Amino acid sequence: MAEQLAPATYRVTREALVAYAAASGDHNPIHQDEEVARSVGLPGVIAHGMYTLALAARYVDEVAGEPGRIASIGAKFTKPVVVPAEGVDVEVAGTRKDDGSIAVTVTCDGVAVLGRCVAVLRA
Amino acid sequence: MDDSIVGRTYPPGPPHEVTEASVRAFVEATGASYAGGPAPATYPIVPAFDAMMTFLDAEQVDLSRIVHGAQEFRHERPVVPGDVLTVALTVASLRVIGGNAIVGTRSEVTDADGALVCTGTATLVHRAGEEA
Repeated sequence: MAEQLAPATYRVTREALVAYAAASGDHNPIHQDEEVARSVGLPGVIAHGMYTLALAARYVDEVAGEPGRIASIGAKFTKPVVVPAEGVDVEVAGTRKDDGSIAVTVTCDGVAVLGRCVAVLRA
Repeated sequence: MDDSIVGRTYPPGPPHEVTEASVRAFVEATGASYAGGPAPATYPIVPAFDAMMTFLDAEQVDLSRIVHGAQEFRHERPVVPGDVLTVALTVASLRVIGGNAIVGTRSEVTDADGALVCTGTATLVHRAGEEA
């Protein structure tokens, strides 16, 4: 039987995206600058897809109880997380499947933003 | 971009030194706290992003026309502070759909001994432009 894991809520702010850009090296301005984001047809500043996947990995690390146990993690970036000036909450939830892998959902305003997000923990 | 780039591997950039400070900055950006130990599973995007930029520069593609469609990391072991990582990016596949090129890349992340640490696979969508 698949086991539902307790969900978590994480706040995403533009300050965090600026910090993530510095930490990751991805300085694409669509993740920091409202004007640039709108100029390329986006509804506003959007989180890096990899930022959202990093939140999924944070959740799995919290479920595992320690960092370093994820053997694999991946997802499709299906919808952007739009981050207004005041920030936005994302809901992260997981299901432990019979094979031990963890299926993760990340939703923002009720919309799933990652597709097929699955993590496998090492034994 | 066309089929001719499939199978091409791009020269690695300068090695990436993993430090407690670089891991802490990455962890704290996600709102978590870092008490030492392994880096998060998606941390290898740091050198892998550099490798992607090298690839895009080599093919004269502007980052603004790329959408990151998917990403996966498979680890042989966790990344830890003290690691010195090098990334070799290979174009694994390319499909053209409606003028957009869907590029699959495989990035092999190795440590200072040349041992494989993890493999990143990415799907990059190159949006058609006026000159496409």
